[in-house]
Amino acid sequence: MKHTINELEDIAAQVRRDIVRMVHACQSGHPGGSLGCADFFTALYFEVMNHNTDFKMDGKGEDLFFLSNGHISPVFYSVLARSGYFDVSELATFRKLNSRLQGHPTTHEGLPGIRIASGSLGQGMSVAIGAAQAKKLNNDHSIVYSLHGDGELQEGQNWEAIMYAPFNKVDNLISTVDYNGQQIDGPTEKVLSLENLQAKFEAFGWQVINSDGNDMDSTVKALHYAKSLTGKGKPILNLMSTQMGYGVDFMMGSHKWHGVAPNNEQLATALAQLTSTHKDY
Amino acid sequence: MKKYTYTEKKDTRSGFGAGLLEAGQKNPEVVALCADLVGSLKMDAFIKEFPERFFQIGIAEANMIGIAAGLTIGGKIPFTGTFANFSTGRVYDQIRQSVAYSDKNVKICASHAGLTLGEDGATHQILEDIGLMKMLPGMTVINTCDYNQTKAATIAIAEHHGPVYLRFGRPVIPVFTDPDQKFEIGKAWMVNEGTDVTIIATGHMVWKAIEAGEKLAELGIDAEIINIHTIKPLDEEAILKSVKKTGCVVTCEEHNKYGGLGESVARLLSTELPAPQEFVAVNDSFGESGTPDQLMTKYGLDSVNIVEAAQKVIKRAKK
Repeated sequence: MKHTINELEDIAAQVRRDIVRMVHACQSGHPGGSLGCADFFTALYFEVMNHNTDFKMDGKGEDLFFLSNGHISPVFYSVLARSGYFDVSELATFRKLNSRLQGHPTTHEGLPGIRIASGSLGQGMSVAIGAAQAKKLNNDHSIVYSLHGDGELQEGQNWEAIMYAPFNKVDNLISTVDYNGQQIDGPTEKVLSLENLQAKFEAFGWQVINSDGNDMDSTVKALHYAKSLTGKGKPILNLMSTQMGYGVDFMMGSHKWHGVAPNNEQLATALAQLTSTHKDY
Repeated sequence: MKKYTYTEKKDTRSGFGAGLLEAGQKNPEVVALCADLVGSLKMDAFIKEFPERFFQIGIAEANMIGIAAGLTIGGKIPFTGTFANFSTGRVYDQIRQSVAYSDKNVKICASHAGLTLGEDGATHQILEDIGLMKMLPGMTVINTCDYNQTKAATIAIAEHHGPVYLRFGRPVIPVFTDPDQKFEIGKAWMVNEGTDVTIIATGHMVWKAIEAGEKLAELGIDAEIINIHTIKPLDEEAILKSVKKTGCVVTCEEHNKYGGLGESVARLLSTELPAPQEFVAVNDSFGESGTPDQLMTKYGLDSVNIVEAAQKVIKRAKK
């Protein structure tokens, strides 16, 4: 372990502070899913991935990460900055004019750490598969990670990709689904149920593991376990249960904070629940 | 009128297949993807020589575009192949976000463009693809006119960094361009120098423009014929230089009159050098089943239509 679980939890707490402050500062953005995935991103970038903060687009010889549900950009930006891709002070520019931190991630502004634009949903798994297959052609044994929303799986392109990856033995891919059960119009169970997601992925030929994405120990262990399953002929799916808004009590477990910014009072309440461990930007 | 002859007829898609093989031989980073149309896209030779560099995606074009975008990240130069309709309209948002906006070095190669796909009918005959692709910032749009030009263009786009839409077709047509040509992206080809009217043609319409030029010569009209193979970026200098001399222009394309080459030329002329223009293009309609020749006649894309348009535009210019 590069860090103890406690150290990782401290980083995640700071990331959560960044998220609510960023979204508050521009009065827009998506705090719910960002907060829910703060532990996952922290585990990935500070513990699990072998990556280089001296950013090169081709990422040869290092693990790569692709965010498919691009609206949770606040957590992505915070973790990229906190792990050293760019200065944390730049987080203050999120969603503002002339910023590299666009509402949804883009390569267009040259922000280090971003390898593909995302936001229009359902495209990230295909891209991750392509990057994984390029690694195989390059004889590069590092791993490609991706993250997807659960509601996002309603987009049909995912199922093209889900069918393709096992058939083509893309076994250097670890995809995670943020299984929070919420989407803009309400619980996924009511909008368009995903039914038995594990059985669906297994039927397509994936190796499926489960984790609790708001328990740092479970998150780290699951990702390490997933890594141990690579190279065995199957892509790996980490079905990661989270709570939208995790860490801020009034945002938790509801779709209502999917894309709403806190006001001044709500910000103060949220920050009171999140310890500043690595100094605010 | 300069004399153009041909000894054989071939399809432009076979030019793509030959170009893809040569591009693959020249550069080990070139890879190919196909959505269940290997035979139609003439990819067999590439697949035979480089099986490990070919990705059969199945009937899943959106996934193909995304995988191609991902492959570029590892330094690959992916060429995707399917029909023009499934290369563009079906996957517009995937191209927009994962390729164009992300500035990925993907070559979207589209066969069976336009009416000349023939009997399959309007579901497969896209006439809007040039418009869709040229509206995307950073996208290079190329429509080639014969086997040799298509082969040369395929090799050239492998050496160009950035997203490219390469449009070609199904029918067997005269091979009349130089087999050893060097294809320069964005550089017009002067087919015939003339003084009375500028005829600008792309794709399958170039040979028809040559036929029209011969008929016009018999009528005493000296037509300048320019092949714009690269619709974006447009060779503005070549067009302006010609229209300055002739004072009028006919644009010819196997595409809807909305959004195609003609509108690109009109935009240029209206801002730089207003001049009468006639459009030989499909008049805002879908296609239908029929042989390629029948369809080109029915939809007004024959050499006789170019002749009529030239006569009309010259009259307008003289008013």
